[in-house]
Amino acid sequence: MRMTDIAIHAENLGKEYHIGSLQKTYKRFGDALADSVATPFRRAARLLRGRAGSAADLDEAIWALEGVSFDIRHGEAVGVIGRNGAGKSTLLKILSRITEPTTGFADIYGRVGALLEVGTGFHPELTGRENIFLNGAILGMRKREIQRKFDEIVAFAEIDRFIDTPVKHYSSGMYVRLAFSVAAHLEPEILLVDEVLAVGDVAFQRKCLGKMDDVARAGRTVLFVSHNMGLMQTFCERGILLEHGRVACDGPIKDVVDVYLSSIEQRGVQDLATRTDRRGLGDVRLVGVEVKALNGAPAVLKTGEPVQFTFQVDRRVPGLDMNFSIFDQIGQAIVQFKSKDRAPQDVSGGVGDRTFVCEIDPLLLLPGRYRVDVGIIGDNRMQDYIEAATYIEVAEGFVDGRLEGQKNKFNLTIPHRWIRPESE
Amino acid sequence: MEKSPSMTPIHTRIEPSKGWVSLNLRELWNYRELFYFFIWRDLKVRYRQTILGVAWAVLQPFMTMVIFSIFFGRLAQVDSDGLPYPIFSFAALVPWNFFSGALISGSNSLIGNANMLKKIYFPRMTMPISTALSGVVDFGIAFIVLVGMMVYYGYRPTGNVVWLPLLLLLALATALGVSLWLSALNVRFRDVRYTVPFIAQAWLFATPIAYSSSLLEEPWKTIYGLNPMVGVVEGFRWALLGTETMPGPMVIVSTLAALAILVSGAYYFRRMERDFADVV
Repeated sequence: MRMTDIAIHAENLGKEYHIGSLQKTYKRFGDALADSVATPFRRAARLLRGRAGSAADLDEAIWALEGVSFDIRHGEAVGVIGRNGAGKSTLLKILSRITEPTTGFADIYGRVGALLEVGTGFHPELTGRENIFLNGAILGMRKREIQRKFDEIVAFAEIDRFIDTPVKHYSSGMYVRLAFSVAAHLEPEILLVDEVLAVGDVAFQRKCLGKMDDVARAGRTVLFVSHNMGLMQTFCERGILLEHGRVACDGPIKDVVDVYLSSIEQRGVQDLATRTDRRGLGDVRLVGVEVKALNGAPAVLKTGEPVQFTFQVDRRVPGLDMNFSIFDQIGQAIVQFKSKDRAPQDVSGGVGDRTFVCEIDPLLLLPGRYRVDVGIIGDNRMQDYIEAATYIEVAEGFVDGRLEGQKNKFNLTIPHRWIRPESE
Repeated sequence: MEKSPSMTPIHTRIEPSKGWVSLNLRELWNYRELFYFFIWRDLKVRYRQTILGVAWAVLQPFMTMVIFSIFFGRLAQVDSDGLPYPIFSFAALVPWNFFSGALISGSNSLIGNANMLKKIYFPRMTMPISTALSGVVDFGIAFIVLVGMMVYYGYRPTGNVVWLPLLLLLALATALGVSLWLSALNVRFRDVRYTVPFIAQAWLFATPIAYSSSLLEEPWKTIYGLNPMVGVVEGFRWALLGTETMPGPMVIVSTLAALAILVSGAYYFRRMERDFADVV
């Protein structure tokens, strides 16, 4: 590989965060003084008590990124994959120079545009027109460049009537559309994108995707972070999987996504307990999810076959109920199941006091990969909500004797009967 | 960053910086349009949200002048170098208000835009610098009132007015230097936010605004110039109202002091900025 082919060369990148500074981001003078006086004593005391095994222990630091090396060539579209806290965002922050690495270095060849959060730097009091100029300049565009693209930006955002209205009067959808539109017209040689597409309505999301696809096709380098594996696969040819701040896998996107998804599924049950990205009061928590097919091999779910979802929680509380929702790969909600909505065929107390079982027969999802979010309710309040508690993969199968295969964009089937015109 | 031919793309090396780092003024220059947009944003927002708008730029120093004239000029009979007290104090309040405004808003500029620091890269120094610069417009408006007062009291400016832009620059350099120090400290220690108004107030009384520096004898008068605002304020009176004290040595001392604050502030800021995004 010639050096001129390379857009990003990262070598041994590492980023250390001090836990203290993560919990309390800023200090008061007094604290800083007290700390500098007290810390040596506290460390000595801990050493004397034998609490600390090594000097590293004393520092209470975590490495969000460690020993990350890779080369990205000009024109490559690379997806960065990993669970929350794996270091994806930290990597993008380093490459976009928002924060410095603690170790290693990266060489960047070309102008970098980073879309880490749309709308940052918008001022609510300013009009749409004014914000386009302000935001463009913050993102590194020249005034002349913004003027040249102004009409295009407004048209893309679909806000022409409101261009001279202060953005504080915009709906959240309009706000996001405008913000994305400015950023999408940045046209850098290297584009870093972090999950911006998780916003806006579906139609606009598709439009954004199209725009990003244009960018990638125009031979620019794109580094893309998302939890949406479907997007990743349509958009990127190469994937980099991060695990605990290290590169776990680097190769064709399909392979990397497979490695990632199977690693998630393997962890499945025992991993739920250690997940910290949950919402809710936390009096009761989801500790296990199991999905199995009731006919044939338990691990292979098929369209049209019965399937059983089993959920375990860690304790009994009054008014315990749960729900789970199924989403497709681009994050569209498909169906939700609630234990609270009772029906005559439901049973109570069949499987112990901490287990919910939901039997679905037949499964009407079309072949594909789906995300399952789980919510646990106690006393009418959300106790625990886990996004992507598990993923399921559905293979093709028969519904009422008809083979249901994968259909682009569609997720569901419904048993049905055709009455055709008479054949000759 | 200039558009470069695709054959030789811009090369940036990202690596941990250690110790004191260069000021990288070239990058600031490359982002010069951003200064313009930040200043423009500050002005638009400031004048759009207030009912009185531009009038505030005049009212604040004017009311202070009225109060000073009543209490210091009339009641305390403070010596005003033989000038009418109102114009004596107003000629000092106009540059002073520019300075204290730049100081206060500059010191809060980083934490006020914390979200941007965390999400977008741009040279961090643009923030305190543009905030300090946006005060120049208020200064201009207040200055017009000052000219009006000079006409009213029948003062014709001396030929020394040519020095005014440099004196204004001296005030700006001082405000900027202090802002760089305080804004960087403010990211790490939020107590700074509470100390800034106090610093501004103490500085007001340490500067000959309500009184004249002619209260002091040499060499103390020149040493007094170590407070750069002393040079600015006495310089304004000298250039506009023709006070007899020629503040030459004092202004030189003030300039040196201001440069020391500015350069040390800039280097300190560059040293601290590497983890702004992590701490703010």
